[in-house]
Amino acid sequence: MPILEISDLRKSYTSPGGESSLVIDIPRFSLERGEQIALQGESGSGKTTLLNLIAGILKADGGRILIEGEDMCSLPESGRDRLRAGNIGYIFQTFNLLQGYTALENVMLGMVFGGGSDNEFALSILGRVGLEDRIDHKPAQLSVGQQQRVALARALANRPRLVLADEPTGNLDIRNAGAAVDLIRNICGESGAALLLVSHDRNVLDKFERVETLSGINRGLNN
Amino acid sequence: MNTKNVSGIFLIVRKSLAQHKLSTAVTVLSLALAAGLVMSVFCIRNETYDAFTGGPVGFDAVLGARGSQLQLVLNTVFHLETSPGNIPWEMYQAVKRNPNVVLAVPYAVGDNYRGFRIVGTDKQLFTDLEYRKGDKFKVLPGGRFFDPLKREAVVGSYAADKTGLKAGSKFNPFHGLVFDERTRHAEEYTVVGVLGPTNTPSDRVIWIPIEEFYRMSGHVLRGAGETYESSAGEEIPDKHKEVSAVMLKLKNPQSGFLLDQTINRQGKAATLAWPIGRVMAELFGKIGWVNNILTLVAYLVVVVAAGSILASIYNTMNERKREFAILRALGARRSTVFTAIVLESAAIAGIGTITGYLVYAAIMSAAAVIVRDQTGVALDVLRFEWVLVITPIVMILLGALAGVIPAVKAYSTDVATNLAPMS
Repeated sequence: MPILEISDLRKSYTSPGGESSLVIDIPRFSLERGEQIALQGESGSGKTTLLNLIAGILKADGGRILIEGEDMCSLPESGRDRLRAGNIGYIFQTFNLLQGYTALENVMLGMVFGGGSDNEFALSILGRVGLEDRIDHKPAQLSVGQQQRVALARALANRPRLVLADEPTGNLDIRNAGAAVDLIRNICGESGAALLLVSHDRNVLDKFERVETLSGINRGLNN
Repeated sequence: MNTKNVSGIFLIVRKSLAQHKLSTAVTVLSLALAAGLVMSVFCIRNETYDAFTGGPVGFDAVLGARGSQLQLVLNTVFHLETSPGNIPWEMYQAVKRNPNVVLAVPYAVGDNYRGFRIVGTDKQLFTDLEYRKGDKFKVLPGGRFFDPLKREAVVGSYAADKTGLKAGSKFNPFHGLVFDERTRHAEEYTVVGVLGPTNTPSDRVIWIPIEEFYRMSGHVLRGAGETYESSAGEEIPDKHKEVSAVMLKLKNPQSGFLLDQTINRQGKAATLAWPIGRVMAELFGKIGWVNNILTLVAYLVVVVAAGSILASIYNTMNERKREFAILRALGARRSTVFTAIVLESAAIAGIGTITGYLVYAAIMSAAAVIVRDQTGVALDVLRFEWVLVITPIVMILLGALAGVIPAVKAYSTDVATNLAPMS
């Protein structure tokens, strides 16, 4: 059974003028367990909307998103929160680290709403991303690359089966971007988590064996 | 709410309090003042009431000149106010012989030493009276009680401390109850003893033999209706003597009732203040509106303090929208975020209330010193009062309530729109 199975997923936005525009219309898309896919799409193409739908942050207008066999679309908000917290790790383009929290606390927060806090695992995963000597640093005291690694550690802290990465290298230079993608892929590979990474950066996309274009799977963009 | 969420909530609350140190500190301070004020107002009210209406007096009733019972009690028990007048010595003798009376001690007032009252009395005050069950006046080592026929004095502990009088000291009384350098009596008294502290108004008094009070220059006796001034070496006839009041220890409550009937309702020559606690309770009843105003002010301060929590947390809501969105994206439920804000608000109230105990202790200590200085009555600042338990509970509940409005705002934070940017 795939870790992620999307069918007939639809999401529209209504403009202030009252006009409805179909942003997401995906007849079928799936991701196998442990599989790593890069999804190519330009800015404003609905990449973040798709990831937010998969994560249950947004509610779809219709269709199904099966994660571990459970349909995200049919769940109430609290159910979507639970499913997200227990199964999904999310890496944001701007990292979205909590500024008042240390690296360790940011990672711990990735755990407490899902599987429960595990200080040792949090430390080990920070060590795995090379930040064992930065655990008490707050985001402002870290370089951009280090912040990105904290975000990665936080996304993986809950031992997710699916990692969503939204332009995770958007704020990094070319050299750091390549290293970051390698790190994300390696760690997901080690933990057995499937990875769905969206990017418009050719250097990033070239690192993946399977690359899909959003326009290829999403009919909403063609309307 | 599962335990996983609870640990997350506590982390969120702890971090938020640390992140907003200044506003938290200011709010905590305002709550501490509010809590301290409320607890103090209630405790001072209760303790002053109990201290003045049921404190250690030793006597059951006071017999004095016809007039106000309250004035009589304030003048003789608390050594405040002026004397309503004198009664003849014979009346003292008569009441002393009354079978309902166990102990009758005469008081004669009208002089002071540097503002501390001088009371002429009988040695029985020291030998027979238990000012508190099982406690009699004691002189400190090296001293003794006065000789009734000598110009000697025994000084209360507080008066001794403030005036510097000690065994062997000599002093001249001043006429009247208010200290005035120009009214110095010629007679010199020798302090023969200092009393141990009793935590009663008696600590502020200088006791001298009543016989020597009569013999002080300028003291005119009118016990027989005509004026009489004593001469040295001459015995003062009882008919000329008079006393300001007679302090009475009664056989039982029925005795008080009988005396009250005889003296207050059937007689016209004197007033019996009985029971002393009831007389003082009437005073508190008359000034009860002052307490009500103080209580109202204290409640208002609490409401304002609760409002300050609301304002301080609400003002951070806009800057924290992104934080809530991130927490939600990490799996925190709306109810988790809501609970975290309510808990944060309650925590501020809790910290404020705990700090309020320091404010309470400071106010109570100051109040105890002032009351002691002014009246000699000792407030029990360590006494347990239910308000000390109820106030923190109410403050924390109010704090939690004040957190509901910002919590609703946090609850309604939209995750997707606050997780910028979109791509």
